[in-house]
Amino acid sequence: MREIFYSHAIREALEEEMARDERVILIGEDIAEYGGAFKITRDMAQRFGKERVRNTPISENGFVGVAVGAAMTGLRPVAELMFMDFLTLAMDQLCNHAAKFRYQYGDQVTIPLVLRCPAGAGRSYGPTHSQSLERWLMSTPGLLVAAPATAEDAKGMLKSAIRCDDPVVFIESKILYGQKQPVPEGEYTVPLGEATVRRGGEHVTLVAYSRMVGEALRAAEALAERGVEAEVVDLRTLAPLDMATVAASVERTGRAVVVEEGPLTGGVAAEVAQRITEECFDVLDAPPIRVAALDVPVPSSAVLEAAATPDWRKIAQGAAEALNY
Amino acid sequence: MNDPMLLDAWRRMLLIRRFEEAVSDAFAQGSVVGTAHFCIGQEASAVGTVDALRPDDLVTSNHRGHGHFLAKGADPKRLMAELFGKATGYSGGRGGSQHVADLSIGFLGSHGITAGMIPVATGAALSQRLLDTGRVVVAFFGDGATGQGAFHEAVNIGAAWQLPIVYLCENNLYAMSTPIGESFRVTSIADRACAYGIRGVSVDGNDVEAVYLTVHEGVERARLGGGPTLVEARTYRMCGHSKSDQCEYRTDEEEACWFERDPLTIAEERILEREIATAAELDPIAEAVTATVDEAVRFALDSPDPDPATVAEGVFAEFDLGATKH
Repeated sequence: MREIFYSHAIREALEEEMARDERVILIGEDIAEYGGAFKITRDMAQRFGKERVRNTPISENGFVGVAVGAAMTGLRPVAELMFMDFLTLAMDQLCNHAAKFRYQYGDQVTIPLVLRCPAGAGRSYGPTHSQSLERWLMSTPGLLVAAPATAEDAKGMLKSAIRCDDPVVFIESKILYGQKQPVPEGEYTVPLGEATVRRGGEHVTLVAYSRMVGEALRAAEALAERGVEAEVVDLRTLAPLDMATVAASVERTGRAVVVEEGPLTGGVAAEVAQRITEECFDVLDAPPIRVAALDVPVPSSAVLEAAATPDWRKIAQGAAEALNY
Repeated sequence: MNDPMLLDAWRRMLLIRRFEEAVSDAFAQGSVVGTAHFCIGQEASAVGTVDALRPDDLVTSNHRGHGHFLAKGADPKRLMAELFGKATGYSGGRGGSQHVADLSIGFLGSHGITAGMIPVATGAALSQRLLDTGRVVVAFFGDGATGQGAFHEAVNIGAAWQLPIVYLCENNLYAMSTPIGESFRVTSIADRACAYGIRGVSVDGNDVEAVYLTVHEGVERARLGGGPTLVEARTYRMCGHSKSDQCEYRTDEEEACWFERDPLTIAEERILEREIATAAELDPIAEAVTATVDEAVRFALDSPDPDPATVAEGVFAEFDLGATKH
């Protein structure tokens, strides 16, 4: 299979969907000629025109709201936040508008909106350009949250998200952008709401999503050297959460480590770990372990950033904790 | 406005007034709970604006939206039922006073975040342009909303993109209890238009014909590709901010002065002066309006409550996450 960058896989999804459906438009800061801060939309304004690839003023709440209004009146906008951190500026339109409209207006509207969010640490961008804020979104009723870990999923899930009639927050890892991975040629989609097992194992289940899936796989390799076979479950979508796949794995292994790049307290891992406790209590040989960032702003210095952020070593350590309980 | 238009505008303003009074009574009787924001005194800006639109043009509203919705053609029965929290309401009881829509009549929705629908309306205007519908959007909001960033961001985007939209600010002089003079240095909201490079106009919001003429000009300019207009309709709440507000922050003198400028009285006097109808001819119209509102209240009272088993339905179009523990 050919190998392309995760970022190119995202661009392919956007290009294919724009070619397929004239109602699909792109909205964001510096996405036209400049191609976006991460060059995801490079050359797209040239191909599709600036009416459909729209530069906006620096007005995150404004342009996300514009995308919401466009979505409820016949377009299928894909809005890009330059960094997921800027979500704070757009939370009102996302959470008080996009997430609620269908319900509060008695099923009269659909909001086919995708909000793309380059997320995560690892580039020394510091406290306001490195966050993973998906915890807030998965606890907001009315939002779907996707966080692909591979280039193949990034393309297939983004195509599903664009075709979905509900608002989808699409979390992209800035670190993964630069990784080349196999992506099939031709048309395919990957459904939202389905987790997948990336590696089989019988001793412990490592649950992760987005960039942390790669770290979990690396941890599994390290554990294998010590004779421990870890199963790695990639959540892929945080809302809806595919607990059936997670629970099926934990039923086999009896132990779970849940990994997220965001901070520990009140996070995605906390929710998944609790659900494992509720659904798999009888088979658990140890309490589910959370591996997450420290509860600090993401620091800039590479040394400090690494100290705050989870990686394969910390995941392996978490697995050891679960195994030695 | 020609004679039949003015007469019909008066009738619909009266419908809004009687509707709001009935809602107020329903609160007093305990048949409606929660809260509501009345637009008594502001009927002319709602009706005059909507009359400047084509039926297929679009409107967004705010927390004080009953009048906008009724002006656009809402069914009083279904709106009343929504306020009563009934299954037959526009939102099946999920939305209440502040969260109703009817897309079939171009009413994209009222909402409880004061400036929140201004970006949404701007996005709807983008759709009209890209889908080449020839429709125009009006975003209703109050003076208080202009303190929020969403107002600034959205009007600026609408201006930069020259979208087919009219930003309609109903300046009723108070953001809840805070007088505009404590919130802004500008004396007219319309003055803010120059900051976005668009046209700004201030109009007597209690004169339904003046509102109609001003908005019509903005709407047709927008329809022809001339971009947005910011209209300030200066008006006054002849009631509290919400049902619990006693208006202790306003003086009796100020209220008396504005009550003399009741938009219904202004329209009625004009109808009589121009001999469009006699007082005797207006009476049966008023009685019919009262009957319509009475019927709406009866409908709401007689309607069933929503089924609690449906509470988790409708969060998503494509996923059902709520009904069972997922």
